[in-house]
Amino acid sequence: MPEGKEGSPAAMNRTAVERKSDRELVVTRTFNAPAHIVFEAWSKPELFKRWWVPKSVGMSLLSCDMDVRTGGAYRFVFSHPAFDQPMAFFGTYREVTPNKRLVWTNEESDQGAVTTVTFEENAGKTLVTLHELYPTTAALDEALAGSAEGLPEQFAQLEELLAGRS
Amino acid sequence: MGCGLENRVAGLGHAAPEIHCLTVWFPLARRQSICYILNHMVQYNETRLDASFAALSDATRRGVLEQLSRADASITDLAGKFHMTLTGMKKHVGVLERAALVTTEKAGRVRTCRLGMRALEEEAAWIERHRQLWSARFDALDKIVEHLKSKEKADARRKRR
Repeated sequence: MPEGKEGSPAAMNRTAVERKSDRELVVTRTFNAPAHIVFEAWSKPELFKRWWVPKSVGMSLLSCDMDVRTGGAYRFVFSHPAFDQPMAFFGTYREVTPNKRLVWTNEESDQGAVTTVTFEENAGKTLVTLHELYPTTAALDEALAGSAEGLPEQFAQLEELLAGRS
Repeated sequence: MGCGLENRVAGLGHAAPEIHCLTVWFPLARRQSICYILNHMVQYNETRLDASFAALSDATRRGVLEQLSRADASITDLAGKFHMTLTGMKKHVGVLERAALVTTEKAGRVRTCRLGMRALEEEAAWIERHRQLWSARFDALDKIVEHLKSKEKADARRKRR
């Protein structure tokens, strides 16, 4: 992916990722545009689908339905060469405050995260903060087990890396 | 992403480099891709991984790692948190220690446990994979935002004329 960009300081392009706790992931980035423009790119399907699926993932977005208003639903259908059937991802917009805040759920299972995105404009730039919260209470044990079960996969990759070096 | 995806992910017989992207993207898929990973990683260093798997196969030990990712703790603290005898907790910590997931240090009568190198590397790798995904997404978003901004400026100029 390209590092830096003409006309904007390198720092602008930094995507910061922080794991707040075992159930929370926070991603921040500043965009060189007012909030209403950045928000537009998150709330109009024809724009959203142009950036949400990075090319490196190797997936194509077959359909992208977004009813961006509080209580509205979204549904994305993807295909991937490794899977014989398309996959659907869906949920509900829990809160939509134009140019300020988006909150949506992910409802393919009861383990889906609640995602909150805030848009903070300052001097013509917009700080986007994305917060993913994985389910609490009853789902907590399951979510924790899930993240621990994820360890071997990363170890496999670490092993691969180490094997390549030695 | 219910059972269907789980089966499809688990059923991938051959190496798919995209799989880690997919699994970052869809955490459940990440969790459910273990069968695939189990098959796949045999070609890696088996013995080293055996210790990790054995260590992670137990819910208490996963809980201990989770706990230590928040703060260092003594064996006594951990035994209390997990309603367990000191001897029982010592055994669990020993297993984690042999897998390099935890290190311990004794000062006086207190043995302090903290995350080991392996657990820290795992944490860093996890973050890095998320960063790559979001970075790719946001680089694409950046381009769209720039485009919308210049379009808005052009429209404003046209209106003024």
